[in-house]
Amino acid sequence: MGHPDVSKSSANDQLRLHVQSDTEATVQGAPKHGTGDSMTLASDKGAHERKEDIKEEPVSAAESNRDGGDEEEERPPLPPRPSLLKNGEKPGPALSTIAKPTTALSSVDIQTLSFPDGTRGTFSTPASRAVSQAVSFSETSGGQTTPSRKVSRTGSFDDAASLMSYAPTLKANGDLMSLLDDGLNSQSPAWKLLTSQAESVNPFENIEFEDNSLSNFEHEFDDIEALDSKSGNEEEVLSQWKSKLKHYLILSSAGKPIYSRHGDQNLINGYIGIIQTIISFFQGAKDPLMGFTAGSTRFVVSTDGPLYFVAISKLGESDAQLRAQLEALYMQILSTLTLPTLTHLFTNRPNTDLRRPLEGTETLLSSLADTFTKGSPSALLSALECLKIRKSQRHTINNTLLKTRTEKLLYGLIVAGGRLVSVVRPKRHSLHPSDLQLIFNMLFEAGSVKAGGGENWIPVCLPGFNNRGYLYMYVSFLSAFEDSTNPEGRPSTASSKSREDEIAILLISADKESFFELKQMRDDVVAQLEKNGSMEIIKAAVRKGRPSTTDIVPGTQLRHFLYKSRANVQFTMPSFSPDFSSLLARRRLMTLYHNLHASTHAKHSHLKVLHCVSKDSISLAWTTPIFEFYCVAGPNASRAALAQGANKVIQWVKREEERVFIIGGAVF
Amino acid sequence: MAARGPTGTRGGNNRFAQFKLVLLGESAVGKSSLVLRFVKDQFDDFRESTIGAAFLTQTISLDDQTTVKFEIWDTAGQERYKSLAPMYYRNANCAVVVYDITQASSLDKAKQWVKELQRQANENIIIALAGNKLDLVTAQPDKRAIQTADAEAYAREAGLLFFETSAKTSENVRELFTSIAKKLPLDQAGPRNPRSGGRGGVELRPETPGTQSNGPCAC
Repeated sequence: MGHPDVSKSSANDQLRLHVQSDTEATVQGAPKHGTGDSMTLASDKGAHERKEDIKEEPVSAAESNRDGGDEEEERPPLPPRPSLLKNGEKPGPALSTIAKPTTALSSVDIQTLSFPDGTRGTFSTPASRAVSQAVSFSETSGGQTTPSRKVSRTGSFDDAASLMSYAPTLKANGDLMSLLDDGLNSQSPAWKLLTSQAESVNPFENIEFEDNSLSNFEHEFDDIEALDSKSGNEEEVLSQWKSKLKHYLILSSAGKPIYSRHGDQNLINGYIGIIQTIISFFQGAKDPLMGFTAGSTRFVVSTDGPLYFVAISKLGESDAQLRAQLEALYMQILSTLTLPTLTHLFTNRPNTDLRRPLEGTETLLSSLADTFTKGSPSALLSALECLKIRKSQRHTINNTLLKTRTEKLLYGLIVAGGRLVSVVRPKRHSLHPSDLQLIFNMLFEAGSVKAGGGENWIPVCLPGFNNRGYLYMYVSFLSAFEDSTNPEGRPSTASSKSREDEIAILLISADKESFFELKQMRDDVVAQLEKNGSMEIIKAAVRKGRPSTTDIVPGTQLRHFLYKSRANVQFTMPSFSPDFSSLLARRRLMTLYHNLHASTHAKHSHLKVLHCVSKDSISLAWTTPIFEFYCVAGPNASRAALAQGANKVIQWVKREEERVFIIGGAVF
Repeated sequence: MAARGPTGTRGGNNRFAQFKLVLLGESAVGKSSLVLRFVKDQFDDFRESTIGAAFLTQTISLDDQTTVKFEIWDTAGQERYKSLAPMYYRNANCAVVVYDITQASSLDKAKQWVKELQRQANENIIIALAGNKLDLVTAQPDKRAIQTADAEAYAREAGLLFFETSAKTSENVRELFTSIAKKLPLDQAGPRNPRSGGRGGVELRPETPGTQSNGPCAC
């Protein structure tokens, strides 16, 4: 970690690489830039000033780029670093063509940088959002080939001004306070007073200003009308289609449509043709197309054998994140067909229509796609969430599974509302998060399995385990809200509310004839769990739901967090309610997390701590070899409160580690 | 879940028989809807495709003394699951082959299934042909693609029970299963006992009708 990597800095990398990672780095304003004691002030105040700015006539991006420095009185002078300036201006030309007034907020990005010589400085980069965006984000978002992310992030986090700094984070605990806390006490009493009144503002509460990028999000998952040539609704259908914020297209390299999240075949055929032509053109030039940007929309292309996958997003995910989503769709296809079958189909007939072999799995692809569009912490972090129960309780459940295990069992899982309760597995085989993502999607997001109401026997290929063959999965559901003897309890509400409280028992075998053997094991498991009280414990934990942040850290300003344990590939988080229970609020939160994640996971980034201040939230990303941590608080919360909350959460996780995570698991 | 319900019909001089039933047919003809109507008396207007196969049970009383328990395999209709079908019909005592009376092609598919069953499945298997989605043609008679008489003639010729059903309105659903039950050889008990399975894949062992080696019902 933290080796001072200053030598290789290219112009583009200035912002990051000049940040020095000396020991015990603490953020403090450098007096020589005259912002000394007011750094927090500047950033916090910035949040307020921005709101006012917006009400004024929007300044065009180019203009503010030029004049920005003079216009706002509190803005400190630009740093005398030619490279930085150059950097800031570089995307300039593009600006005039892309920037809309709404993105041209004259706000301040505070950059705190450490220089190789040990000095530090706080800079505000001029207001043109697109520019600073391009600088602070496009390089830091992982694995992009084109530096044009700026336009795809017109979301609410455009204003995520960056206050980045490096810090040695090997010592997981305790550092953060010293890192973020310094200089906080220098706030003026009046400001403190003001903040203390306003700090209860929740994230994204005051967003109605200009952010209309998500205004259609409520309708994102609505169906598009069928094209009807008679009534001539083409235009309307097309505008519905175009208003979607997220599209996923799958086509064969021969240009046959395979899947589209929105729009029926008549509608998308033309686009499929265009996109196939574009991709093939680059393919032919031996320079595969990875992605491109049009207006505020990012297109990411990924090619897997005979299949082309395209994600079209206005939600501001990074290329790497979109690519991971496409990968998951590919895994879903493999899970249905297996790799040899897929390859075989296309070797025999390159223009195979894959829709037929995939028939009936569109719902799985769509529910996967919608999970990404809604924003899924699990998908973002590539990690699993576990049901929080006591270690000894989990131990009992593990042992029950082990004791009732039949010979044919490969994996045995108990899952409650998408959260893992217990796993047993052979010593040689671990379970891949990507495989579990597919299974959970099938069981808890797509309705088809559960709606049947019986027990299920599902052939499934788990590509992470082995993409060449099928495994057979026995699935049976129990509800946390009723007796297992009365499965017909609540027919009407069964599909609407029960996703979070369904308990599923999954028993996976390589033997397709082992249904009744596994069914027997399931009966034994359930009987045992009921006998030793574990079933009641699971049900109670499910009913209780996730704790809220204030349950975890009483009185904290944090409104939400994600904590991923790297070693366990698991994460934990508090409940989305009350602040993020709506679809839209949750999407905003997830967009923020995506941005933080993209910045800390950029390919060459050594970013360990990232603190973002925007007009509707403040947030923090913190990565160490042990964990990844992301949290968010209201816009007026102080940085000290954020840091303190973060530390408290980390301590809580440490204390509860064996409850919130499955450590080791049961092997046989 | 459904399988957990104790049948409670043991003892006395009651007759209790258990039979394995498989549903086959093209995708989207309404196999799962028929089962859901029969087992839970429910109907979903928007049902997603079955993935793999679902296993359900339902018990019906033919008369005061006779109870029949169906163990139902509701299979997915997609082509890619075809190779798994023998696993489900291998030991079946009865089968319901479903087609959609508004889709001409679905009867062709049904005929293929019938042929396959008559060739490969249990010799004494009782097959019922069910033309589903009757509610659609009741509302709009011009939607009908397969005339009742044609299907009936085919059924008679092939020796099948025949019903036109609607899972939505539940028309003829109960009748369908009841008439199957009546045709089953009630004197012999079911093919085997599901609870006694134990290890070794007892259930799916080929050609073991009448196996009762594992003792009485253990539910």
